[in-house]
Amino acid sequence: MSIEARNVSKRFGDFVALDDVSVSIPTGRLTALLGPSGGGKSTLLRIIAGLETADSGSVHIAGDDATSLPPQRRNVGFVFQHYAAFKHLSVARNVAFGLEIRKTSKEETAERVNELLDLVHLRQFADRLPSQLSGGQRQRMALARALAVQPRVLLLDEPFGALDAKVRKELRDWLRRLHDEIPVTTVFVTHDQEEALEVADDIVVINEGRVEQIGSPSALYDQPANEFVMGFLGPATRLGSELVRPHDIHIVSDLPPEEGFYPGVVARAARVGYEVRVDVILDDSLQSSPVHVTMSRAEAHPLKLDVGSRVWLRKPAGATALPLGVDAANAPHPGAGPIAHYTI
Amino acid sequence: MGSNRAVKITVRVIVIAYLFFLVGWPVSLVVQNTFADGFTALRIALADPSVVFSLQLTVAVALQAVLINTVFGVGISLILVRYDFPGKRLLSSLLDLPLSVSPVVVGLALILVYGPRDSWFGQWLTEHGIDVIFSPLGIIMATAFISLPLVIREVVPVLTERGTDEELAAASLGAGPVQTFWRITLPAIKWAVVYGVVLTLARSLGEFGAVKIVSGNLEGRTQTATLLVEQTYQDFEQSTAYATAFLLAAVSVACIVVVTFLQKDHASAGRGKGTS
Repeated sequence: MSIEARNVSKRFGDFVALDDVSVSIPTGRLTALLGPSGGGKSTLLRIIAGLETADSGSVHIAGDDATSLPPQRRNVGFVFQHYAAFKHLSVARNVAFGLEIRKTSKEETAERVNELLDLVHLRQFADRLPSQLSGGQRQRMALARALAVQPRVLLLDEPFGALDAKVRKELRDWLRRLHDEIPVTTVFVTHDQEEALEVADDIVVINEGRVEQIGSPSALYDQPANEFVMGFLGPATRLGSELVRPHDIHIVSDLPPEEGFYPGVVARAARVGYEVRVDVILDDSLQSSPVHVTMSRAEAHPLKLDVGSRVWLRKPAGATALPLGVDAANAPHPGAGPIAHYTI
Repeated sequence: MGSNRAVKITVRVIVIAYLFFLVGWPVSLVVQNTFADGFTALRIALADPSVVFSLQLTVAVALQAVLINTVFGVGISLILVRYDFPGKRLLSSLLDLPLSVSPVVVGLALILVYGPRDSWFGQWLTEHGIDVIFSPLGIIMATAFISLPLVIREVVPVLTERGTDEELAAASLGAGPVQTFWRITLPAIKWAVVYGVVLTLARSLGEFGAVKIVSGNLEGRTQTATLLVEQTYQDFEQSTAYATAFLLAAVSVACIVVVTFLQKDHASAGRGKGTS
């Protein structure tokens, strides 16, 4: 295990940022700490880097106890959301900073800086100041700077959070490829489930200062441990006594011969890009909130789903489903956030 | 439109007249009086050993006060911005005290603590051969007291705006606290420090009230340039008074010019940052 955080707790005044959190991060993997803002994931990352001290618990990096080491002795690369570029130094001097501190020879430093600038495609900007770079370029510079000292682990705190959507997507793919090239143990914090699902080898879901679930992206998506994880990793909707993914729901417009279908009426049908989203009110008095169903346009077309049409819904065998607790059954589900914006 | 223009012109005339009668005319008269007989007055004044001494003392005091205030100013700014402690707001408002209290009060306060007769601490210092009051040491202390906030008030906003990310990044790259200060923090606040130093220098050169109380105004020993101007003026040596006053004014004007240019640099640097 490359990083071991054991029983870490941290409070800021009355606010509990981390409550007895234990996480093991394997060597050479790209791990995402995923969770909503204020859930404690950034705090955990900063405690691993030594930028914040835990109230209790321990941190081991590559087998060494780093709990009481200051950040400069942990040999950890850290990338900040807002780049933390050294504004008075050129791009090359920014990247060289850690090497200069380590008294690396001039020739070796220059060679290594050039290598890294090639890696992040900034060679032609070596003599520019950070203020002359775009946000994406600045973040790549920050990444090269962190990698220059050959850290044991690379930590990224919402690295793409300050960038616009298109650049964020590009950098995300680029980070994935970079990690395949240089397999340094990497942990990045994000609140974007798509980013985590797309880039990470493993995901640690953190919410309200606690770890909700750890696993591979597909394991988390297909076998969520609880309603929170299910709702946070993707859209979820209630069907009868279960929480299911809206795209898993099987919808038909003729009375089905088999059992197990819930009858209902289409309350709303909307096309969003390549998909069709339908809200269905069930006849059953068990559930007053509409069921959200999504499907492709090709699937929707033959069904003729207009407002008021009669439909039947079913959860197919093998689909991801989570039984709802008794309390949760009547309350609007908070985890259904991603889909709730088109609720009537 | 016409009346609008008339108002504009009237306002301008009022402002210019105000500045002329309050600042421009009096100062230009000092220059005019200094050079009434060409360079004679300046030459005579600079041949007077007590004038030369007072100018040297003023410069020496100002430089030392600037040095003290720069070191402590940067240190106090770092403490104020980077650390939380009880009484922080009280300290912050106390730091403005030197600007709001009359320098005469500062002088008297220093005498109460360090005076050889008025306080046990002053007596103890005198017994151990350290004279504060009526000596250059007291003048430096009074001047440093008066100009204490100038560096701090420049540096604190810049430190606050820059935040700690760069310093933390430096630490994660292996830099210790001292390396981080010299390589990251100081370059970041460089212009604010320079700006504060220039203001402190201008203020220190011109200090009168507090220095008059603590120095004893001993000619050739503790008489600074401002004190000499007052004395020579009262002794009807007008030409010496004007010549010395001119030299003091010239240095202050030079300081203002430097600050103006720095401000311009600062503003353009600020715009550069805005593109981030």
